[in-house]
Amino acid sequence: MTEKNYWVLPDGISEALPDEAETTEILRRQLLDTYQRWGYRLVMPPLVEFMDSLRAGVGSLLDLQTFKVRDSLSDRQLGIRADITPQVARIDAHSLKSEYPNRLCYAGSVLRTKSEHFEGSRSPLQIGAELFGHSGLASDYELIALMLETLSLAGIEDVVLDVGHVDVFRGLSAQADLSEKEEIQFFDMLERKSIPEIEAWIKQRNLPSRIAKMLNALPRLSGDSVVLEESKLALADANQEVKQALDYLIALSQRIQANWPQVTLHIDLSELRGYSYHTGIIYAAYVPRSGREVARGGRYDDIGQHFGNARAATGFSTSLGLLLDMGNYQYEPPCPILAPCDSDPALNTLIKRLRDQGEAIIRQLDGQTDEDCKHLNCNRKIVLKDDAWAVVNI
Amino acid sequence: MSNNILTIALSKGRIFKETLPLLEAAGIEPIDDPETSRKLILDTNQKDVKLLIIRATDVPTYVQYGAADMGVTGKDVLMEHGGEGLYELLDLHIACCKLMVAGYADKPLNQGHIKVATKFVNCAKRYFAETGRQADIIKLYGSMELAPIVGLADCIVDVVDTGGTLKANGLVPLEHMHEISSRMVVNKASMKIKHSRIKTILNQIQSAVEAG
Repeated sequence: MTEKNYWVLPDGISEALPDEAETTEILRRQLLDTYQRWGYRLVMPPLVEFMDSLRAGVGSLLDLQTFKVRDSLSDRQLGIRADITPQVARIDAHSLKSEYPNRLCYAGSVLRTKSEHFEGSRSPLQIGAELFGHSGLASDYELIALMLETLSLAGIEDVVLDVGHVDVFRGLSAQADLSEKEEIQFFDMLERKSIPEIEAWIKQRNLPSRIAKMLNALPRLSGDSVVLEESKLALADANQEVKQALDYLIALSQRIQANWPQVTLHIDLSELRGYSYHTGIIYAAYVPRSGREVARGGRYDDIGQHFGNARAATGFSTSLGLLLDMGNYQYEPPCPILAPCDSDPALNTLIKRLRDQGEAIIRQLDGQTDEDCKHLNCNRKIVLKDDAWAVVNI
Repeated sequence: MSNNILTIALSKGRIFKETLPLLEAAGIEPIDDPETSRKLILDTNQKDVKLLIIRATDVPTYVQYGAADMGVTGKDVLMEHGGEGLYELLDLHIACCKLMVAGYADKPLNQGHIKVATKFVNCAKRYFAETGRQADIIKLYGSMELAPIVGLADCIVDVVDTGGTLKANGLVPLEHMHEISSRMVVNKASMKIKHSRIKTILNQIQSAVEAG
């Protein structure tokens, strides 16, 4: 790096200037206030933790995503968090140790070695909510509803909600008796929905024909909720695990459609994002004009066991930057009031009173004229009128 | 990527010519000819379907970012790109060729370090690792066949169609890496948001592929 461009920020790292920073902050407050009104209590997990703890139970992808530093105090490896969700799961399982359902929410920066999306930020402001200690439709639906509420508050319209269930793939691959290596191969092709490769691969395996038929059907089982009925037919020979997953999805989709008619529901049984730690439904919200999801979530019941307390868990997360990019959330900061540079105690009293009422007061500095303060966008000013300080329009 | 316009990215030349009849089967016919027109966005007979004319190697990138909903590109390009964020739903069985290791017939490849010249850096790395050999990859942008002749590399990794260029330069195919044909790729988000439209087009194209 030459001396000239020392100010250049690293790839995927950005800063927010006042307009953007204020809008982001207002949205953050509004969302956290909303979560609080739904009963979700705020937690602030630390920026860094021991790597052993961050790594527990979440798969190698997150490990690769995590920046690591050596802690000279403990001589152990620290990781800068790349995802807040596992931290919140640790807090629930290990710090709160409740036997009752726990609702928690959070907002904070994360840091990733590689952006999850091609052009995305490496340090997004993650925000989300998690519900621990309950397994079932009520908690899964509540989190989906809160995610949809989040999108709606951020001014995001035309949401497509994509829902899947990892037990469909898990059950089918168990039924087909796939080895670990075969499961990874099948998973990789399914992620790309590479139907030609999948067909050729299944042919090579010499599986019983009814199982081969079901594996072949899997990448095609996507579309509106009618797909669920089709899936019951296409996967009629599947094991109990798959059937239960389908019934669960049917019940969930009916509830979503009844309560969120404006949201387009899309079912995709071969969607397997976060397969390594998800244990039930997985979902993501998409909006037109964007090649990627704006928010996502799912059930991940097993993470808590790594912290000595296996708890059911379900939740979603998104990033504030993404919400602002995709929605039409507007924030106009209120116009301030200009106050003269004068040390009169009566003026001080008035300024304090106005500030207490929520007004923004900007004091002129000595030597400044009204002309010098034009850029401050004040719409009123304080003037001396008949020996008393008064606010007048500019 | 707009909500109601469907964009399909493809490259000029062989892929375009061979894709045309397939698009026709889905009722999509371009109004302009990319060989004579300088336009990069071609209108079609359907006013909400546009074709983007870009370089073949850029197709996965456009589709991945959602700058195009769908695209046609070779399996070689996809393997090199990695295919992240894409669905590869259809094999169009056009523009077929092979990805191969080529070198001299009378010089077997060294069991130790091999020097490989290629533009398919990722494919070559993966292939030599999978076959248990150490390889130094030299990235070139064209005229790969020259590299072994001038001693820049022991072998090359490239797509081979008829093998004419290899032969003309005294090289032969040594190892077959992968069958290549063009694929129809779809952006993951588009597949969910414009599902029924894209599925209809894919079904029509698939019927045409199977009939042809």
